[in-house]
Amino acid sequence: MTLTKKPESRPAAASWGLSKRGTPWEYAAAPEATDHIEIRREYGLFIDNAFAPSRPKETFEVINPATEETLSRVAKASKADVNRAVAAARRAHDTVWSRLPGSERAKYLYRIARIMQERSREFAVVETMNSGKPIKESRDVDVPLAAAHFFYYAGWADKLDYAFPGRTPRSLGVAAQIIPWNFPLLMLAWKIAPALAAGNTVILKPASTTPLTAYLFADVVRQAELPPGVVNIITGPGEIGMELIRHPDVNKVAFTGSTAVGKMIGRAVAGSRKKLTLELGGKAANIVFDDAPLDQAIEGIINGIYFNQGEVCCAGSRLFVQESIYEPLLDKLKARLSTLRVGDPLDKNTDVGAINSAGQLAKIAELVQSGIEEGAEIFQPDCVLPDKGFFFRPTLFTGVSQSHRIAQEEIFGPVLSVLTFRTPEEAIEKANNTPYGLSAGVWTEKGSRIFKMVAAMKAGVVWANTFNRFDPTSPFGGYKESGYGREGGIHGLGAYLDLSSEGANGR
Amino acid sequence: MATTTPARRRADRDLSAPRHQALGSLLGRVWAVDQVGVEDRAASLAKRSIKRESKLWALDLAIRMVDLTTLEGKDTPGKIRALAGKARRPDPTDPTIPSVAALCVYPNMIATARKALEGSSVKVASVATYFPSGQASLAVKLEDVRQAVAAGADEIDMVIDRGAFLSGHYAQVFDEIVAVKEATGDHHLKVILETAELETYDNVRRASVLAMAAGADFIKTSTGKVQPAATLPVTLVMLEAIRDFYAQTGRAVGMKPAGGIRTAKEAISYLTVLYETLGPDWMTPDRFRFGASTLLNDLLMQVRKERTGHYSGGDYFTLD
Repeated sequence: MTLTKKPESRPAAASWGLSKRGTPWEYAAAPEATDHIEIRREYGLFIDNAFAPSRPKETFEVINPATEETLSRVAKASKADVNRAVAAARRAHDTVWSRLPGSERAKYLYRIARIMQERSREFAVVETMNSGKPIKESRDVDVPLAAAHFFYYAGWADKLDYAFPGRTPRSLGVAAQIIPWNFPLLMLAWKIAPALAAGNTVILKPASTTPLTAYLFADVVRQAELPPGVVNIITGPGEIGMELIRHPDVNKVAFTGSTAVGKMIGRAVAGSRKKLTLELGGKAANIVFDDAPLDQAIEGIINGIYFNQGEVCCAGSRLFVQESIYEPLLDKLKARLSTLRVGDPLDKNTDVGAINSAGQLAKIAELVQSGIEEGAEIFQPDCVLPDKGFFFRPTLFTGVSQSHRIAQEEIFGPVLSVLTFRTPEEAIEKANNTPYGLSAGVWTEKGSRIFKMVAAMKAGVVWANTFNRFDPTSPFGGYKESGYGREGGIHGLGAYLDLSSEGANGR
Repeated sequence: MATTTPARRRADRDLSAPRHQALGSLLGRVWAVDQVGVEDRAASLAKRSIKRESKLWALDLAIRMVDLTTLEGKDTPGKIRALAGKARRPDPTDPTIPSVAALCVYPNMIATARKALEGSSVKVASVATYFPSGQASLAVKLEDVRQAVAAGADEIDMVIDRGAFLSGHYAQVFDEIVAVKEATGDHHLKVILETAELETYDNVRRASVLAMAAGADFIKTSTGKVQPAATLPVTLVMLEAIRDFYAQTGRAVGMKPAGGIRTAKEAISYLTVLYETLGPDWMTPDRFRFGASTLLNDLLMQVRKERTGHYSGGDYFTLD
């Protein structure tokens, strides 16, 4: 088909936005049942396989961002609690966990993975209620992938000596792990699975808005009969996370979150012997060439930026389109944007759920306002947002230039900036022209071009003809201000091992 | 049935003009299709949860979209009359159940079908052009079509020459469709791509564009004689081609997945893909059909289940 301008008579695609007016076919509400879910009124800190209140006893509220209703209250850890948790983890490491044969550790990890699968629906519903992400994502992505990480690293536990030939891998000791609110359970799995496989014990601090699946996981830890102290979970504000990483008896720090906090952690750990991995922000380029499979590229763009409301560090927030296909692509993209179903995250047909917090919603709104003020052209579908809860319309900006804030700063929301390029060289130059370097996407039918682009992208992950695909076997991490170290795959295993001592195979 | 496209619409077939043909082959493009991506998208749409009133609405529409089909060597006038009864009144115990869209038969059975369907809204569709292989001379194919039209068929389901298509003789395939369209006159032409024999989604998309440009009123997946017949991803690829063709030319082409769709649940998945690809304008029997036979009874069973809250056994629905 040749590319000509479409006739004016064509009805605007947006006019059949699904959630708008009385279209002939409205999907009836299809909410996932929550009656089998038990969320306790209060959760204590999880130390030594027991839930106990913080000392002094203080709690804070955890809400459902889609309804603004209180879900639970969780303990607010103090410095004394941090000390208790680290002591528990140290004891478990030195006396039990690091001494177990790898095959025994694997047994526990496999057990955890299987229990997570068995309780997957429970995990999915709690994750959705607490984070605001659509149930179809927690059900089909977060929970299965989290279980897959435990299965994968369970397989490595008794093969460490073969994973790093010529080295004698040893566990590092106590790992302090701080994770964000965008993928609460999945990030927990990314952190805990390799740490345990390598023989370390952990203290995990989930984000203060999303601790519930972590405490549900604590239940799984007990169900799997893990020795006490191997997995400890504490909750509290950011300062308590800093206390944790500063603790002298911590050997390894792993952080996923914002670049600003990552820098603070880097400073706090500097000068110590603690091993550090940081997985920070991103501003990924998604590059579409004129020979791309266009309809699938549209899906990839949508998945790249509206998946999890765009609250994804590797989100494809900068779209680079080759100028010769700019018009048809934009038409298709706007039409597709108009079919996104925004609303109740528990509804099985919801594509875009709630923003995780009021604070994040305000930040997104502020950056979108800056885009408008800087002269970019905004497009938002005409969908109805729920009255309560933190929702934001899927948004795209055209006429964006490199110097706009929306092209430079990480928005962490459902906001796409569309830019154009003429030649592959220009695409490479613009795509790399950012302080971040976490991920990138390339859409083209030409294999040779894929290889050229992948080699030229300064990004930890480059997807070709797909986006936001994760697999436990594949390392993930960033360049530049997106952090350092890798998670996933054998690289992720190495980050939790001391590989400094040479030796023959085996201990 | 409002939209039969007159054969005279030259403008629709712009691409056959010599100027465009040269440009089309040199510069024109049919977008590539990524197999993984399209199968993912189809699978994710199949997970839509269609409940209660939206399900009833879809079931009713699906019944009205059925091309009730029998295409067997052993078809007899008796069989055709029985099926015609079913087509008129799918559930004799329930007058609120609508008739199906059409009865699809071999040319020999057109007269019987015509007579049995007299006075009803059900159309008579006939396969033609040396169905299902299409391996005959153009003269034979055109004669087949003319006879079917003369016998009283409302709609003609033709097959493309897959051999010519796979040898890269696109112009030959194109010219054949143009010729058949002319032979059908004002009658509705559905062009069967036989997607299972085209093997790749790229080919499906290319054949879809080619058939639409040559004047097809509908494009249709399969004869039902080659497995796999209709699949959700193949249908999605064809719907995307229809969407682009409409955007480019303003002409709305219909879609008919045929063969292999046996359950109401599958049918609703197809409607979901249709809805989210082409929107409500295509949610009509004028623009979408199911080529099926066993599907109908499952649709009826599900309607009754939605209305009464419990399932009836298979013997409560007629087998024709």
